[in-house]
Amino acid sequence: MSKVQKPDKGSLKGNDQRRAAKNKIFQALVILFAFIATTPILLILFELIRKGMKQVNFDFFTKVAPDSWEAMTAISQGKVIPGGILNGITGTFIMVIVASIIAIPIGILIGIYLYEHGEQRYAGILRDISDILQGAPSIVLGIIAYIWVVKYITHGYSALAGSASLAIMMLPLIIRSTEETFKMIPVSIIEAGLALGVPYHKIILRVLIPTGLSGLTTGILLALSRVIGETAPLMLTALGSPSVSFNLDKPVNAVPLLIWQFYNDPNMVNLIWSSSLFLVALVLALNLIAKQIAAKQK
Amino acid sequence: MNKLIIEKKPILRIQNLFVSYEKDKYAIADVSVDIKKNIITAIMGPSGCGKSSLLRALNRMHELYPKIETRGKIFLNDKDISKLSNIELRRKIGMVFQSPNPFPSMSIYDNVIAGYKLNGIRQKKAKRDEIVEKSLKDVALWNEVKDALYKKGNFLSGGQQQRLCIARALAFQPDVILLDEPASALDPVSTSKIENLLVKLKKEYTIVLVTHNMAQAARISDYSMFMYLGELIEYGKTKDLFTNPSNKRTEEYLTGKFG
Repeated sequence: MSKVQKPDKGSLKGNDQRRAAKNKIFQALVILFAFIATTPILLILFELIRKGMKQVNFDFFTKVAPDSWEAMTAISQGKVIPGGILNGITGTFIMVIVASIIAIPIGILIGIYLYEHGEQRYAGILRDISDILQGAPSIVLGIIAYIWVVKYITHGYSALAGSASLAIMMLPLIIRSTEETFKMIPVSIIEAGLALGVPYHKIILRVLIPTGLSGLTTGILLALSRVIGETAPLMLTALGSPSVSFNLDKPVNAVPLLIWQFYNDPNMVNLIWSSSLFLVALVLALNLIAKQIAAKQK
Repeated sequence: MNKLIIEKKPILRIQNLFVSYEKDKYAIADVSVDIKKNIITAIMGPSGCGKSSLLRALNRMHELYPKIETRGKIFLNDKDISKLSNIELRRKIGMVFQSPNPFPSMSIYDNVIAGYKLNGIRQKKAKRDEIVEKSLKDVALWNEVKDALYKKGNFLSGGQQQRLCIARALAFQPDVILLDEPASALDPVSTSKIENLLVKLKKEYTIVLVTHNMAQAARISDYSMFMYLGELIEYGKTKDLFTNPSNKRTEEYLTGKFG
């Protein structure tokens, strides 16, 4: 056999065969790696359901987290741990609501600005900052919320501080999705409004936002699902609380914080799984709804 | 440039209009023309000759883009259009675009009445209903959509959507309707519907139509302009222009030598 095969006419058929073989190999590799990548996800889901399901009952959603003693007694008697994660659910709920109230209007306004004046220098800087913010470690944003809110506004750990840290995390996601959504709306729709003599701000409010509503909603839902599982910034801001609290001024708990607290208590291990299952299901549901809305838009 | 003897009073007078997208590069250079009332005027010419730029100057669409510079005067019924407010001007001069662009978030009813609604012009429900019905009847869309007025218009065909857009422009009862190649995205059947519609509408409205379809201009327009490289080469009765063009370049364009 010669060392180098010259591409002469005689070897064309061999070339074809080699190409087909290469294609096959690549196809097999793609399928293999896709399988390898998705297996852990399925395993995690399976594990969560297997270990978490037995703790999920009515009490799980309506009672606050038990203390260590209750849990230990229950385990020693071979019973299901009493109590649930109500303090975490309400805390997460209230912080996500407040974070949305802060982040959605600001994010959409900045998104509109970037869409409008995308080529300006200041817009470019703003877009870069938003990208950096998106990549910033969440614990750093927690520290910032700690310095701004915990130290100077609420003078102590509080739901408001937790909301602020989550809002900072939501902002870049909403800014980007707003800009991208508006970019997809044909300019001719805007011109149709202008040709009717409609002032520009009204076109944004009454034409652009309703037209892009599903895109905006998708972006907001994805941002929510991103922050709903955040733990690190909440450790420095919301701190956690053993009871249900709706006071923005006071510390509250959150589902991811509860998971961390359960982890630190050997008697509560079973609750880790059920809380994690709840959190994953919530995020999954948000993502699926977002996908549905996005699909409808097309 | 030859000016024709004017039988009818012109509704639009354009005087020494220049439009430039870049400094010292004119999309329209020194165009002066009178557009007569209640007829269809077609603007023809090869791509990039400035026909759309001319049309968009008539309702001051250019001023939305700060880079575009417009010089010259345009009078609508002897009033300088630069002195009118946006809403006043665009109530009098409506516009229909190349591809149908109904507002996707609004129902058919709201699309027709959009000009009033978005500008905050309040009207009694009965009056609104009347405007919607008349506008949709004017564009021969009423029978097709009267049972679906409160549905979104996205189930309509392209031709129906374009007629909806014409209805939206008609709802203001404008003096002039500007159409920028309104049928270029449509199939032949929809195109002929739109053409018949325009011929009917000229009784009430003045129509200015940009088209690169010469046959269309010949079929429906009364007057035609031929533009080339931003200049108005020839303007006259469509019949004269097509049968006996006075300018060599018009003749060459019409016979397909360039364009």
